[in-house]
Amino acid sequence: MADYQNIFTQIQVRGHVDHGVPLGPDNDDRFQITTFSHLFGRLGDAQVGPVYLGWTGIASLICGFFAIEIIGLNMMASVNWNPIEFVGTLPWLTLNPPGPEHGLNFFVPLAEGGWWLLAGFFLTASILLWWVRSYRRAIALGLGTHICWAFAAAIWLYLVCGFIRPVMMGSWSEAVPFGIFTHLDWTNNFSLMYGNLFYNPFHMLSIVFLYGSALLFAMHGATILAVGRYGGEREIEQIYDRGTASERAALFWRWTMGFNASMESIHRWAWWFAILCPITGGIGILLTGTVVDNWFLWGLDNGFASF
Amino acid sequence: MALLNYERKYRIRGGTLVGGDLFDFWVGPFYVGFFGVTTAFFAALGTALIFFGASQGDTWNPWLISINPPDVSYGLALAPMMEGGLWQIITFCAIGAFGSWILREVEISRKLGMGYHVPVAFSFAVLAYVTLVVIRPVLMGAWGHGFPYGIMSHLDWVSNTGYMYGNFHYNPAHMVAITFFFTTTLALAMHGGLVLSATNPGKGKEVKTPEHENAFFRDFIGYSIGTLGIHRLGLFLALSAAFWSAVCIVISGPFYDGSWITWWDGWKNLPIWHLGDV
Repeated sequence: MADYQNIFTQIQVRGHVDHGVPLGPDNDDRFQITTFSHLFGRLGDAQVGPVYLGWTGIASLICGFFAIEIIGLNMMASVNWNPIEFVGTLPWLTLNPPGPEHGLNFFVPLAEGGWWLLAGFFLTASILLWWVRSYRRAIALGLGTHICWAFAAAIWLYLVCGFIRPVMMGSWSEAVPFGIFTHLDWTNNFSLMYGNLFYNPFHMLSIVFLYGSALLFAMHGATILAVGRYGGEREIEQIYDRGTASERAALFWRWTMGFNASMESIHRWAWWFAILCPITGGIGILLTGTVVDNWFLWGLDNGFASF
Repeated sequence: MALLNYERKYRIRGGTLVGGDLFDFWVGPFYVGFFGVTTAFFAALGTALIFFGASQGDTWNPWLISINPPDVSYGLALAPMMEGGLWQIITFCAIGAFGSWILREVEISRKLGMGYHVPVAFSFAVLAYVTLVVIRPVLMGAWGHGFPYGIMSHLDWVSNTGYMYGNFHYNPAHMVAITFFFTTTLALAMHGGLVLSATNPGKGKEVKTPEHENAFFRDFIGYSIGTLGIHRLGLFLALSAAFWSAVCIVISGPFYDGSWITWWDGWKNLPIWHLGDV
């Protein structure tokens, strides 16, 4: 009865640092900062680093640093440069987009939203450079670009909220503020203003894929750990040379719910569920205020809402 | 027969918790077992009662059908059938079916010589459901605090319940739960994408190895959790999302009655921020 259950690594074997698969001649050197973390080793690999920086990585970090500095210093200015008040009121502090009177003007006075535009520009540049990096690193190792396109799906949602929809609505004031509570307020008011976002079918889909992703990862993670004693975590090998781990994992679900994925297809399910969450969410937000003004009334017209 | 080509050698006796060999058989691809029988009983009865309830309502529109809990005035008593009694029996059936399903998963795990991770994981989802329809209503003293069984009606319940506490986005446990949901989805995209990118590198290219996977994530973000670790992390993130969801609703009402917006005044009023005040 007291079987070993695969939860933590109980004994950590520590060898030499894995410096990684050699990169081709067109690449920079890896940044050889490496260490071992016992805590990380409890859950997964203990090795931290090395990391590849390259010019897109460095440019992305610099842009990200600028964005965070602009946001942070504006917040700091809003509390009169008082560090204690900064920490004490941080959740309420915010850097807001320009007001509606500025429309889509790029040249807004800094104190009236110009800083927001600058922060947004640098944050977007940072994210897009990080995307280029995800693509180049995958190609450099001869891998497919699946992660890059998943990342692009998240960027789509980000751009819809902060750029595409504001442009379609004709005003930067439609965009999301940089602030902890203020971005939550934006979300809340967005729903109230457009007649309850729960009645937006794309919002429904996005939540289905969000919850579905949690469900899938719980099912998949648990299944692989449960067949860990048969080497289930060696997924690539199992995909090309099916072993008893894959067979038991598949039969578990077949016997439980009458259907099973394969060692490869579960990762396709995972990838699609995860990327459809921001894709459908972005569509739902883009349609709000541009095509549909009140989702509840839209639901009444389409026969799925009632008073 | 619904047998996979390697399935026959795994279809062997044993591993049951209850009923010995009596229910140790399959129907099509489904394993039955004692808990398969109880699952089927509760699921069939509950589903039939939902259809019966729908037939007594005023619509067959699947979006609008709703089986409502009793009015709060009934407290924790049994309500008349058409005034929430159906909801009470359906809730009982649902918990019976979910509990049976957990134990059925345990039997299948034992049969296949697997760990118990899946039934444990599913227990977290059931816990979240039970929190919504039993624990919180009992703590608040009325079944009427459960949510209605209907597509749009349960969304309305979520919306209305959230606004009863000011703005649910300000509920700290809700923040934690959402963060775990988003992080789970991010990690799932990265894990699914990584395995697919190693096994589908493009036409004519050789399939890659876990060493390539590690190299990619170390190059990309400076750390690779590894093939085993990612499944532990994913399971932890997903279960945390379910757990904190249950926490965020069970504290709203039984343990905190005001607006979550003003709850944060406590943070603002911490003495440490006011040490320098005159």
